[in-house]
Amino acid sequence: MTVAQIFDSMEYGPAPESAAEAQAWLEAHGRMFGHWIGGAARAGADHFDSRSPADGTLLARIAKGDSDAVEAAVTAARGAQEAWAAHPAKRARALYALARLIQKNARLFAVLESLDSGKPIRESRDIDIPQVIRHFYYHAGMAQIMEEAVPGRVPHGVCGQIVPWNFPLLMAAWKIAPALAMGNTVVLKPAEWTPLSALLLAELSAQAGLPAGVLNVVTGDGETGAALVAAPVDKIAFTGSTEVGRAIRRATAGSGKALTLELGGKSPYLVFDDADLDSAVEGLVDAIFFNGGQVCCAGSRLLVQEGISEDFHARLIRRMQSLRVGDPLDKCIDVGAIVDPVQRDRIAAMVDAGGGTVHRAGGDLPGEGCFYPPTLVTGLSGSDPLMQEEIFGPVLVSTTFRTPAEAVQLANDTRYGLAASVWSENINLALGVAPAITAGVVWINGANMFDAAAPFGGLRESGFGREGGPEGLAAYTRAPHPARQARPIAAVEAPRAGQVRAPALDRTAKLYIGGKQVRPDGGYSRPVWSKKGALLGHAPQANRKDLRNAVEAARAASGWSAMAGHQRAQILYYIGENLSARAEEFAARIAEMTGGSAREAEAEMSVAVDRCFTWAAWADKHDGAARDVPVRGMALALKAPVGVIGQFAPDEVPLAGLISIVAPAIALGNRVICVASEPYPLAATDFYQVLDTSDVPAGVVNILTGPHEELAPQMAGHMGIDAVWSFSGRALSQVIEQESAADLKRSWVSDGMARDWLGPEGQGARFRDEATETRTVWIPYGEGTITAS
Amino acid sequence: MTDRPTALRAAAHPDDARRNPGLPFDLDRVRAVQANTGAIERRAASLPGRRSVKKEWQAAWLLRAITCIDLTTLAGDDTPGRVRRLCAKAARPLRGDLLDALGMEPITVGAVCVYHEMVETAVRALEGTGIPVAAVSTGFPAGLSPFRLRLAEIGDSVAAGASEIDIVISRRHVLTGDWKALYDEMRAFREACGAAHVKAILATGELGSLRNVARASQVCMMAGADFIKTSTGKEGVNATLPVSLVMLRAIRDYEAATGIRVGYKPAGGISKAKDALTYLAMMKDELGRPWLNPELFRFGASSLLGDIERQLEHFVTGRYSAAHRHPAG
Repeated sequence: MTVAQIFDSMEYGPAPESAAEAQAWLEAHGRMFGHWIGGAARAGADHFDSRSPADGTLLARIAKGDSDAVEAAVTAARGAQEAWAAHPAKRARALYALARLIQKNARLFAVLESLDSGKPIRESRDIDIPQVIRHFYYHAGMAQIMEEAVPGRVPHGVCGQIVPWNFPLLMAAWKIAPALAMGNTVVLKPAEWTPLSALLLAELSAQAGLPAGVLNVVTGDGETGAALVAAPVDKIAFTGSTEVGRAIRRATAGSGKALTLELGGKSPYLVFDDADLDSAVEGLVDAIFFNGGQVCCAGSRLLVQEGISEDFHARLIRRMQSLRVGDPLDKCIDVGAIVDPVQRDRIAAMVDAGGGTVHRAGGDLPGEGCFYPPTLVTGLSGSDPLMQEEIFGPVLVSTTFRTPAEAVQLANDTRYGLAASVWSENINLALGVAPAITAGVVWINGANMFDAAAPFGGLRESGFGREGGPEGLAAYTRAPHPARQARPIAAVEAPRAGQVRAPALDRTAKLYIGGKQVRPDGGYSRPVWSKKGALLGHAPQANRKDLRNAVEAARAASGWSAMAGHQRAQILYYIGENLSARAEEFAARIAEMTGGSAREAEAEMSVAVDRCFTWAAWADKHDGAARDVPVRGMALALKAPVGVIGQFAPDEVPLAGLISIVAPAIALGNRVICVASEPYPLAATDFYQVLDTSDVPAGVVNILTGPHEELAPQMAGHMGIDAVWSFSGRALSQVIEQESAADLKRSWVSDGMARDWLGPEGQGARFRDEATETRTVWIPYGEGTITAS
Repeated sequence: MTDRPTALRAAAHPDDARRNPGLPFDLDRVRAVQANTGAIERRAASLPGRRSVKKEWQAAWLLRAITCIDLTTLAGDDTPGRVRRLCAKAARPLRGDLLDALGMEPITVGAVCVYHEMVETAVRALEGTGIPVAAVSTGFPAGLSPFRLRLAEIGDSVAAGASEIDIVISRRHVLTGDWKALYDEMRAFREACGAAHVKAILATGELGSLRNVARASQVCMMAGADFIKTSTGKEGVNATLPVSLVMLRAIRDYEAATGIRVGYKPAGGISKAKDALTYLAMMKDELGRPWLNPELFRFGASSLLGDIERQLEHFVTGRYSAAHRHPAG
């Protein structure tokens, strides 16, 4: 085309970013890569091709890691860990140097990332790589101040990290930076389709002064990932599909390995009729067409208020016409290639099988390469599969709502809970709706904003654990392990015939469900004996139906979660007060059941009352924080209750143990179903009388007695329960973690370790963390130019 | 609450059939306008990184930018000689050898923009070139002289031969939310312009918020503005990308509602070729190809042309250029 022709047509032309440096780097390696283990490249046994999705050309041959490679990497990481953990300041300097090195090689990283993943160079250059750098800076700081930032915490040890192909280096940075900052060493498994930027990072890490073995990279496919999950690591962090996350949960069940999962989503994008509609349309471009919609937190489900839906769709369709799809290395491209033909075909199949009216961007697609046009599907309702299932491509599905309440209901009508956007110019509406949406991250009048200081992560089947901010450090540290194995306590056996001492007057213990004392569904009870042969009473044996009823009662008690901490505190104080009034009676009961001394029973009683007061104190003090993020506005890290928590109380201290887990949960707004100590159940059944007299609303605390081993899989598998805690003396950890995979509920299990319930281990920060979810609400703001004095 | 639209005079420009006749005053339409500052700023910040034109495309786009420049002098020390020099540059903005090398026919800038006292000089100097003369008017830049004098100033400039009038609005009407007063004022200015096209200068740097910019844009278009323009060049803050985005969205809304295309003129602070390319890309993406013509888009700029000349010489020769190689305007 001549200049004069272009002067008339005013078309865009090619604006290629040179790939010469990146290709030279690949050439320098003979387009053949091994793993990075112990500070050096190690040749792989088997290899596979890594191709550019934009044109299918071969970029390099990549080693396919087997269990030997994984073992070598874990051994290297293990060997380096202790020395690495010993010097926070040295870690800070190495991470700072790494941030600087990435900055100095920013364009090489960006081009390599776009070549390998197909994402537009604008995104890798302006978003991915700057965020990577920001993450290493932030965590270099966290390494420096670790002792003050997370007092008393220690690193897990060796972390296995598995990252996806949509943000190859950024997701690696989100995992590597906090892990290394806290003194862990890492074995990273990049995605099969996009391993190159991680290999470049590993190579540069030596220049940053990272000791050999601190950062190891093993490339490969799903089998390599499975080998890493099975390897003797202390923690697994995974970002990827919900399906694989579930498999990892099952594979690690009962292993004692810490686990965080950042999984899929079908994030709602709410547009109210008072929104700045053009800005909301632009927000959608960033929400669903960013990285071709291959984003776990993509705003993929448009919910628009009915009265403006026609106008809004028209604006959106018009906007879609000016999106340019094409060569990822073109600086004038909005939407690049889909990462792999497999993925493109999957997207096409889903859209073709779905209903609704399909609108597509009008621009041309490149003749070759792996592309899919930006697409809007309107006229769907919540029950359409396209509205429910994650598409993971540039496909937006849409439906309408009438009221804010209906908007929230539709937004929450999903198995996922990763992110959401809320568009409104009304502060009352926006700030009211945002925390009502079940999502780990909510953006008000924005989309896809990320920062190292703002926690990111999901609820429900979008996973658990947070990345970024102080919450993200919790995923890479732990309290020092309790050193003792738990010993199960057997129930006191019945005395021999003829030696039974019947009570003077029968007292009937029942289950406590929905604020009522109820007989067990199965109609069975178990006698509870004192060590001296006295019949202390009968404990009802709860079954799955009793559990079901308890869950229904707990779910119905949602008002408790909405209550102010101040109100909950008063009720907890009142429980403590009423418990204290009956201290002697409870102490006597404990001593009878456990056969312990009166002094021991009094000590337990005293702790039980104290725990009520401690958690009453915390009820209105475990609040969130405003995080310093680089936008005009703030990111609020809010602490929200987890929801309904199922619990197994410890065996050995039947009252203080139960109160130590029930009190923090309810103080922070949860409702609980607590299964009492199996050998000593009657303290719990006495305790519900205290609940009855302390104004605890029905359904907030439900108490069951019965066999832990029978109830554990039922509880962990119940979809209406949001988390399960187990401190049972029975070996329940594996079955709970295994069954919890069904809906990826959170679990906190003892892993067979004992805890000193009467000491500091019976309370503390972990209880607060497990009782709450961090929900990050981004609130950009500002109008006019305001200068603070 | 609404007025009947006043009848418009007979068309004088070739494109006057499509001139904006305005709409009755509609307060609901004004108040419904929203502009979320944070989202607009984030979008604007990403704009320069989203579009890039290189090589032949860059040269062609820069030539296009030249044709959209309102070459401007608005200084207290303007003299007829200075204005004649500017007009000569307007008629030959690019060296002939560069045009030849680019394979282009001669081009001119979009208009010459001066104060009233310089209109006659400019009209005479531009005779035969087809380049219109624009006069800033209505007590430019503050717009606080007596209303009847502001109207009279328009009439005088039109009589002197100006075919475009850049009026300034009364910022106080925006700041006090008196949208009807703004509408009436704009309507009166439009009437006074007659066949001359009217550009409404919003002085966006003095309107306090992007929401006010959006609403003032709507009101001025409703009252018959042919162009909406950001600034006089004399405010503390002049044309910016966020302000431009807001005004372009208003123009798009107005077109969607009426089918009428209103023009846009960012003024002040655009001095680099790269900025001009960002603006052109924004016009193309937000409004479409029709807005990449001087009939619907102007840069109010005095030093932009010099940078474009240097960039074009660089394209032709492969060497970085220098200011003294291009005749001053």
